Amino acid sequence: MRGARCARLAAEPDPALVVRASLFVPCFVDQLYPAAAIAAVEVLERLGVEIDVPDGAPCCGQPPANAGFAQAGEAALERFVETYAESEHVVVLSGSCALHVRAHAGGLIGAGRRVAVRTMEFCAFLHDVVGVDRVAALGASLDARVALHIGCHALRGLGLATPSERMLPPHNLVRALLETVQGLTFAALSRPDECCGFGGSFSVDEGAVSTRMGDDRWRDVHGAGATALVSTDVSCLLHLRGVAGARGNALPSWHVAEVLAGRVR
Amino acid sequence: MAPRGDHAARALPLLDARGAVDHAGAAARFNADAERTGWHDGALWFVREKRDRAAASVPEWETLRDLASAIKTHTLAHLDEYLERFERAATARGIVVHWARDAEEHNRIVHAILAERGVRRVVKSKSMLTEECGLNPYLNARGIEVIDTDLGERIVQLRHEPPSHIVMPAIHLKKEEIGETFHEVMGTPAGLSDPDLLTAAARAQLREHFLGADAAMTGVNFGIAETGGIVVCTNEGNADLGTALAPVHIASMGIEKLIPRAEDLGVFLRLLARSATGQASTVYASHMHAPRPGQALHVVLVDNGRSEQLGRADFWGSLKCIRCAACLNTCPVYRRSGGYSYGATVSGPIGAVLTPGRDLQRYASLPFASTLCGSCTAVCPVKVDLDTQLYKWRQQVAAAGLVPARKAWGMRRLGALLADAQLVQLAGAVVRTALRALPSGVARRLAGGWGRTRTLPTAPKGSFRDWYRSNRPRS
Repeated sequence: MRGARCARLAAEPDPALVVRASLFVPCFVDQLYPAAAIAAVEVLERLGVEIDVPDGAPCCGQPPANAGFAQAGEAALERFVETYAESEHVVVLSGSCALHVRAHAGGLIGAGRRVAVRTMEFCAFLHDVVGVDRVAALGASLDARVALHIGCHALRGLGLATPSERMLPPHNLVRALLETVQGLTFAALSRPDECCGFGGSFSVDEGAVSTRMGDDRWRDVHGAGATALVSTDVSCLLHLRGVAGARGNALPSWHVAEVLAGRVR
Repeated sequence: MAPRGDHAARALPLLDARGAVDHAGAAARFNADAERTGWHDGALWFVREKRDRAAASVPEWETLRDLASAIKTHTLAHLDEYLERFERAATARGIVVHWARDAEEHNRIVHAILAERGVRRVVKSKSMLTEECGLNPYLNARGIEVIDTDLGERIVQLRHEPPSHIVMPAIHLKKEEIGETFHEVMGTPAGLSDPDLLTAAARAQLREHFLGADAAMTGVNFGIAETGGIVVCTNEGNADLGTALAPVHIASMGIEKLIPRAEDLGVFLRLLARSATGQASTVYASHMHAPRPGQALHVVLVDNGRSEQLGRADFWGSLKCIRCAACLNTCPVYRRSGGYSYGATVSGPIGAVLTPGRDLQRYASLPFASTLCGSCTAVCPVKVDLDTQLYKWRQQVAAAGLVPARKAWGMRRLGALLADAQLVQLAGAVVRTALRALPSGVARRLAGGWGRTRTLPTAPKGSFRDWYRSNRPRS
């Protein structure tokens, strides 16, 4: 299927090759940042992906699990597995939630394992299943010098890019997607993949360090001459926007989906 | 040994009412000095970048990591056999091997060796194991003077502080502060802060101690089961100076420091210094395979909780650690909270997975001193799955009832809420209404710890679900 995909540059979808996917919109994106999810729906639809957004699971259960209460999060994770048990692909609009499902749903009985292996982060799905060529045909444009912030779980957990610690051939599939956007250039951060300091309940329990990490991330972004920040993860964005808002030094910031949908200026 | 001054006070662990280490509190205190926090972060990031360049210079870096992890895994799986093989080989070479179940037994063994010879003055090269065992105060109380000869350790010793970092014990200090300490204690000129001159002053004084010592102590980086020898890595040659002069050498070695064969050593020596400081190799990698003629060489094998850790299905992998401290240098939290915030000899991510096993209540906060960003795991030369272990310790801390009651209650409620789609929609609607209705200052106060340093998001009109229902009606 991948080979066939490459041969059909931006052509009309061949019915035999239609990709079906279920989109998962994490609870906090759903409630506080719907623009990213609306953009994701538009992108997937325009790429010819047959998508559905099933009712059912509002969350993957990661927040309590990362705080030490995996059991309390299990009901949500089970709900997730039930909801997506029949899905061909489960596309998750968050690297962190996708990693949680991939790492922990397999431990559940029955469909857990099947759902876990079919679960992908949004950018990884676009890159690996849909293909960069088709994404390029979206024709998005954005006149901005972008600082790219890949969430740590998307980066090191899911391998969306080569982490700076690893001595492996460099790849960065999020960058590859954004490179298709007309007018978009990248700002070179001095610490390309330093954590932003969100970390779930860490952001409150270790407020001082979390805030300092956010401040430092922005300092790097500003220092690199960026005019905007783009991330794979809305959780990072909510934290970074909040920290910059309190300091009054925010730049425009968006989820990758918003940029690819051409919804931002 | 009472700590003195502001900085010395910071070296004491910050404990909460129940006597547990309060990492977040200590980190907040550290961050109160924003300039210093930035300086500390920068100093360690500099080392991390040096490490990146050094690692990149080895084409087979990732293969070496795989090998090192496999060798350590194998050794730990057969640790009992390898320890006995080491003892047989070492004994055959004239090394006296001792077994210490815990810190107390280690200290007793060392003291007995020293007391038998009437030793009054000991020079000791860097050894985090002797820090872990509290050897210095133990020997001091028995009339034996211990001089730490690693420059960093000497600096913190002169300040009556513990090391804040396992490889760079004085990384929390600026050169001006070291100059002040040297001025007070060694009489160097006031205001002297030139690193070369300060080092020369320390060196001159240390020479006297080397020459006058009755015994030398070292740690051990690697014990080789096949040969019964030990390898000690230093940059200053202080281990060699001490052991070459003193009539008795006592080496303290954690039982996890073993490797099977001499030929395995190269794998680790290529990884250790590059990971630790970005050097291709430590300046000295001293092989000690027998006592000098006329010298006694003792190796004390110390368990002190390691066997227990080896028996923990989720945490045994932490014993692969070779103490390079790369995980400290890369940890965004360590860099911004300092070694003392962990209240343990080994700080940073590796400390946060090693110490909870010793006293879960006391160290309950350490597994939470992380965003789970995973940089530690990615940088580790022996592939300890640090972030996974931090996650698993969190589960143990919560299961043991050591999470504050309000948070535990909140997390259980949150778990129930997050499994209920309708409740999440309702909660979301309430939050959005509040965000719109309340003045931002009030909303931020209501948002508690989140709102203290962050503005709140602008409330969208509705949820994504609302949009989806109206814009993509089911056919």
